[in-house]
Amino acid sequence: MIQIEGLTKQYGATTVVDRVSFNVERNSIAVIVGTSGSGKSTLLRMINRLVEPTAGRVLLDGADTRSEPAHLLRRRIGYAIQGHGLFPHRTVVENVATVPRLLGWPEARIRSRVHELMEVFQLDPGLYANAFPHQLSGGQQQRVGVARALAAEPAVLLMDEPFGALDPIIRAKAQEDLLGIQRRFGTTMVLVTHDMDEAFHLGERVAVMSQGRLLQYDRPAVLLTHPADPFVARMTGITDRAMKLLALTTAGEAALPGGSDGPRVASSASLREVLSELLWSGAASALVLGEDGAPRGQLTVAAILARGRP
Amino acid sequence: MVFKTNRIMPGEPRGLQQVLPAWAALGFQAVLLLTAAVAVGVADAKRRLIAALGGVTVLALAVAAAANALTPAGDKVIRVAPGAAFWVLLICLGLLATDAITRMRPGPLVRVLLLALAIAIAGAALAQGTFDNLSVMREYAVNAGRFPVELWRHIWLAGGSLIAAVIVGMPLGILCHRAPRLQPPVLGTLNIIQTIPAIALFGILMAPLGALAARLPAAAALGIRGIGAAPAVVALFLYSLLPIVANTVVGLRRVSHAAVDAALGVGMTPRQVLSGIELPLALPVIITGIRVVLVQNIGMVTVAALIGGGGLGTFVFQGIGQTAVDLVLLGAIPIVVLAFSASVLLDALVEVLDRTPFTAPESAP
Repeated sequence: MIQIEGLTKQYGATTVVDRVSFNVERNSIAVIVGTSGSGKSTLLRMINRLVEPTAGRVLLDGADTRSEPAHLLRRRIGYAIQGHGLFPHRTVVENVATVPRLLGWPEARIRSRVHELMEVFQLDPGLYANAFPHQLSGGQQQRVGVARALAAEPAVLLMDEPFGALDPIIRAKAQEDLLGIQRRFGTTMVLVTHDMDEAFHLGERVAVMSQGRLLQYDRPAVLLTHPADPFVARMTGITDRAMKLLALTTAGEAALPGGSDGPRVASSASLREVLSELLWSGAASALVLGEDGAPRGQLTVAAILARGRP
Repeated sequence: MVFKTNRIMPGEPRGLQQVLPAWAALGFQAVLLLTAAVAVGVADAKRRLIAALGGVTVLALAVAAAANALTPAGDKVIRVAPGAAFWVLLICLGLLATDAITRMRPGPLVRVLLLALAIAIAGAALAQGTFDNLSVMREYAVNAGRFPVELWRHIWLAGGSLIAAVIVGMPLGILCHRAPRLQPPVLGTLNIIQTIPAIALFGILMAPLGALAARLPAAAALGIRGIGAAPAVVALFLYSLLPIVANTVVGLRRVSHAAVDAALGVGMTPRQVLSGIELPLALPVIITGIRVVLVQNIGMVTVAALIGGGGLGTFVFQGIGQTAVDLVLLGAIPIVVLAFSASVLLDALVEVLDRTPFTAPESAP
């Protein structure tokens, strides 16, 4: 659990972050969104004290982050950034092993952990263990960056626009991978992005920031249906908020009892995708299939449309 | 060839045909013509290199043979030096060889080996006495006792001031990188020092160092005086600072901002970031600065001879004083060889260190 209490950062007369408070539950993902210059990166960097707050404090599982030296604190918190920030003169293995080395893990434990992470991130150790970062593709570099951040099994992972440099297809894959990692390791994550779709897709809770202030911190559906501020409504997108809302619910969650001879859709598909499929095929309803391929129920256009209203 | 009855008389030209047996002169010309033909007509770099090296070898042997032929046995006064044609040919062949080597793109290790090989062959020929009747070697024979002393002194003056400049310059560069406000005053001051002519700087340093020696007997005991090695080393040290400080700053600046941010973010201490990330990544640029300084120092130490600093410049200025060109060459040729070797060695080192390409510095989010 991360408790952020009245966090403020001033550079001279300019206030970059202004009395921001919110909590991130253990094992959840919180996403901070905002336009550039909103103070979202500074806020993130105050959590691991890359930026020292002017006022306020951060509690990590109840303990003030200032109770230990900054570099020791950071070794317990994973940190991944846009453009991966890999060390160009070190191999993939050396990059991933950075924090365990700093912590003085025994060599055997480092080796097995690095090996495990490379498997998890689909980097064949035989091919890439001794490769240098410039020999990898953009998506692979980004995965090594996240693997390095997770190497010492941190309970908390901070990410600053980790997918900003990736093209849309690799990016979607990286987002799915991240959700998989979060489920697998149960890491508490705080992620900064300027992309609202990414925020809604990844975040259990989303913090919207503007000019250093936190405007709203809530579940994505609440941000859409009850924006606290005109700026939040603008950020979340007034014109297609119904579609965004549909995108937040899966077919499995919304499925109603009954059968259908319309198109078959996976229960993990979002209502937005199901609606699009129904519009395209001209059918009135779709059959929802579970992961095992068995029918789970059906969805009519009317039932979907009802979910697109606040 | 240039033939002089003694070392300061104006020389008279002698053609190779007049000096060498007809077969040797014709053979020499044939090899050179062949080399020229290769230079014009053959594109393959390896063959061009072989032709150039063959040409150099034949040229050297011909000059040595001519000198032997022109010198009566036992004569110590006659001076035989290569004429202008020799130097022109040597430059042409050198260009041909350099061009061929550049096109072959040898690895750094191969280049160092080539250099070592060339020096070994030249050294062996000199030790054999192949060129003993050439005027430069005659001057060497006269100064044989002093030559190694002045050579070592030259290397020591150039290298010592370099080491001192690295010890002071790198921390200064790191400081300038960490505190950008220091950069303009530090680099500005060093820039001004750099524009002072060497002789003037020697002169400027004479007074304070002389005063220091007069006040402090300990300083005088260490060999610090107004003239001699002390002002030379101090001046070279001051000249060396700018390239070292500037290259340290530039090298550190080009280290990827994201890498440094990530290094701090995962819990490295600032010292670990400096020694583990910043310095290794900046090293190629810093070594390039050291290369510039070393080559510059090897040349500049020559002038130190004027204020009694010693080194190979002693021969150069004695030669000028006595209008004995050969004595000038005895100083100048080793200086050129030293500077060239230092340059090749450090270039190779930079290349070895710079194998991993660097990501361009990324802007802060």
